[in-house]
Amino acid sequence: MDLATLLFWIIAIILVGSSLLVVGLRNIVHSALALVVVFAMAAGIYLLLDAEFIAIVQILIYAGAVTILILFALMLTRTSNVRTNSNPINKLWWIGAIISTLVGVAIIFAVTIGPHSTAHVGGGAAYGPQSAACPLPPNNVAYIGQLLYSPTCYSYVLPFEIASLVLLVAIIGAIVIGRED
Amino acid sequence: MKMGLSLNHFLILGAFLFCIGLYGAIAKHNAIAVLMGIEIMLNAVNITFVGFAFYNTVKPWSTYLTGQIFAIFIITVAAAEAAVALAMIISIYRKRSTVDVGEINMMKW
Repeated sequence: MDLATLLFWIIAIILVGSSLLVVGLRNIVHSALALVVVFAMAAGIYLLLDAEFIAIVQILIYAGAVTILILFALMLTRTSNVRTNSNPINKLWWIGAIISTLVGVAIIFAVTIGPHSTAHVGGGAAYGPQSAACPLPPNNVAYIGQLLYSPTCYSYVLPFEIASLVLLVAIIGAIVIGRED
Repeated sequence: MKMGLSLNHFLILGAFLFCIGLYGAIAKHNAIAVLMGIEIMLNAVNITFVGFAFYNTVKPWSTYLTGQIFAIFIITVAAAEAAVALAMIISIYRKRSTVDVGEINMMKW
């Protein structure tokens, strides 16, 4: 067993365990803190997959911003019994368990033994041919930068601009919805 | 490259996380806990996308990292969604003094 496989299993076990803690703990502040572990371990998975930029973005945005946002929302919506039972499950939790188990079994069936299974795809990324107009960037971050911003090569400039518009609308919407009347 | 690992490892990890998040989103009373379940589901989808980008065997130029670009856009939309959803939850809490999704029934008839 090589190092990458060992790291994968360690990270995967912590990831699944802490996400079970997120849905299982009785104190919702503890759930939010377990969510930090989930996000950090997902960043470890991205590092294993040679996606350094996404790993850093995951740490910055999820483990930094989204978790702080959730903790602030918990602070502003204080319930009476935070310690004992602030994260209850509803009466139909067993239907939720059945539905999510069925979805999980369906996905695992589809990727392992289904007719379109992905059990035998090739191993690992290798950077391919390059043209003179668009030379291959030296690393992952530069490559993603070229794919997001480049005006001459094949890139995702227009979706990127639309994403910035979405963020602007979300900021204005959050201010308008959240302010006191 | 990575000898012991295959795409299926990452897809099945994503499937496990997705159904844990789905259970959290269905079976919780607190609206913020529902939001946490949705965040876990989005992370599972991101892991799947980045795995597909790494194990991509159809390799025309410029499509290697399409999965990572998708993951970046999903992170963007998830951040916007978290901000708006938490603003809505705080606004509802101010008016109704509850964040229980069973008791928030203004749109039910």
